[in-house]
Amino acid sequence: MSPELLAALTVFVLAILCGFAVISKVPATLHTPLMSGANSIHGIVLVGSMVIAASATDPLSQILSFVAVAFATMNVVGGYVVTDRMLQMFKRKPAAPKAAEAGAGEAPKA
Amino acid sequence: MDTLDALVRLAWLVGAAGFVIGLMRMNSPATARNGNLLSAGGMAIAIGGTAVLLAARGEAGLTAWIIIVAGIALGGGLGLYTARTVKMTAMPQLVSLFNAVGGGAAALIAIDDYIRLSNVQTFAPGGAIPLEVAVPTVLDVVIGSITFTGSLIASGKLMGVIPGKPIKVPGGQLVTGALAAIVAVAAIYLWLGNVSVPVLFLIIAASLTFGVTMVLPIGGADMPVVISLLNSFTGTAVAMAGFVIGNDVLIIAGALVGASGAILTKLMADAMNRSVVNIMVGGFGGGEGTVSVGGPEGGTVRSLGIDDAAIQLAYAQNVIIVPGYGLAVAQAQHAVRELADLLEQRGVNVNYAIHPVAGRMPGHMNVLLAEANVPYPQLREMEDINPEFERADVALVVGANDVTNPAARRSGTPVSGMPILDVDHARSIIVIKRSMGRGYAGIDNELYVNPKTGMLFADAKQGLADLVAAVKAL
Repeated sequence: MSPELLAALTVFVLAILCGFAVISKVPATLHTPLMSGANSIHGIVLVGSMVIAASATDPLSQILSFVAVAFATMNVVGGYVVTDRMLQMFKRKPAAPKAAEAGAGEAPKA
Repeated sequence: MDTLDALVRLAWLVGAAGFVIGLMRMNSPATARNGNLLSAGGMAIAIGGTAVLLAARGEAGLTAWIIIVAGIALGGGLGLYTARTVKMTAMPQLVSLFNAVGGGAAALIAIDDYIRLSNVQTFAPGGAIPLEVAVPTVLDVVIGSITFTGSLIASGKLMGVIPGKPIKVPGGQLVTGALAAIVAVAAIYLWLGNVSVPVLFLIIAASLTFGVTMVLPIGGADMPVVISLLNSFTGTAVAMAGFVIGNDVLIIAGALVGASGAILTKLMADAMNRSVVNIMVGGFGGGEGTVSVGGPEGGTVRSLGIDDAAIQLAYAQNVIIVPGYGLAVAQAQHAVRELADLLEQRGVNVNYAIHPVAGRMPGHMNVLLAEANVPYPQLREMEDINPEFERADVALVVGANDVTNPAARRSGTPVSGMPILDVDHARSIIVIKRSMGRGYAGIDNELYVNPKTGMLFADAKQGLADLVAAVKAL
């Protein structure tokens, strides 16, 4: 086993334990935003996608890495924006203009 | 390691710390938004650092930069547009879609890496791909592919493109088992030192199909738990991608999401009194075994007029409103608030009973009602409000179905054991519903044939608007 693999495994296991620890007793209200927030975090795969795109030379690799970059960015950007929109709704005392702004993106009718 | 390398690694470390602290802060409503922004900041630093690294090393040619910039522009544009324009009712399926593409990206990294390595192999025959690359590669491809199609199916079910009911194909379990066996055998073949791109593609195809056959038999009511589970899968796939290309920040963030997602999945399943294993193995509703629990078709349903309903509400002392998904799809959250305001002006005490899974996901209904500026203290969670139904003069059920079905208290029905709101304990019950159609569980609701219940057949929004008008006219 290479030292690199050993280091990576150490990081992996500690990060798993960390993941178990960060979620405590979450009120049901926050389950969805929390899931969505965690969902944006795995958008970090964009970093990996950029790295493979940088060294892609043959057309197949270029196509694969292009799709990977696009997918990952969608995950990152969309994930954070939609989570923030959900959490905006939890303001205790919504100031009137802010609330109107939050609702602006909504289609007013069904 | 040169200075630049060290700096970029530090940027990744800052990003990872941002994710951990961000997730922790998202455990509580007061700090949640701040936590998400912190996590986003960490992400920006990690990605920015990567871009700086690639630029400074000069490895990436013009084509590579075009690929990266175009990919970011396309994906970012799509993500931003959909996230900003999606109606809050459709938000769960969007999250599932984002999860699908994340899993897809993770799988693509390993696929690309494997193809490149196998090309090198043809020049140097005899040299195998080392196990420490082959193992995470296969795991990444398998988990990423399953999560890609699985999340798409889950999203489709929530959108209604694919029927929400459990879809059972005869022999479906066999197919799923066979697919799993194919993946296992092919994986072992590759791990034994064989290098074969076709075998990798066999794994991809089997895993993609497995994702479909895994989620199709699961009912729409269980989708939140499934999406959360797939979210955890994607995290694991990303961690594996980190092993494949030797990148720590992918490993940290992936493992973090994998583990926290698993805990969250369990919390969600607990809130619905379901076990994750049960959900994955057997769908909600149980297919053929579904029992009819006494037909409202029996003619015992009492239909109620708008004016009668308005009088009942206006002269009540305590009203509990029970909002459900029907309210959400009809975009009636503003109408319900208008009615509640009107009743409060008349001195009626109004509360909202929020089932943990009201809407489509845990917490979804709170988001929708908060959007309509319903005061936070009026939103009461299930355990808190259930004892109060006995003192309620009227329980107004708007578009909620399965979560009010008293059949859940008995054993032997598809909803058995699911925690429900004790709506039937109220002195009288008004149900606004479009038709006698069934809910997600696919069974009849005994509440509707309760003698205390009056059915107001209307679209949620229209029905509420009519009620507002009728109460005003009193």
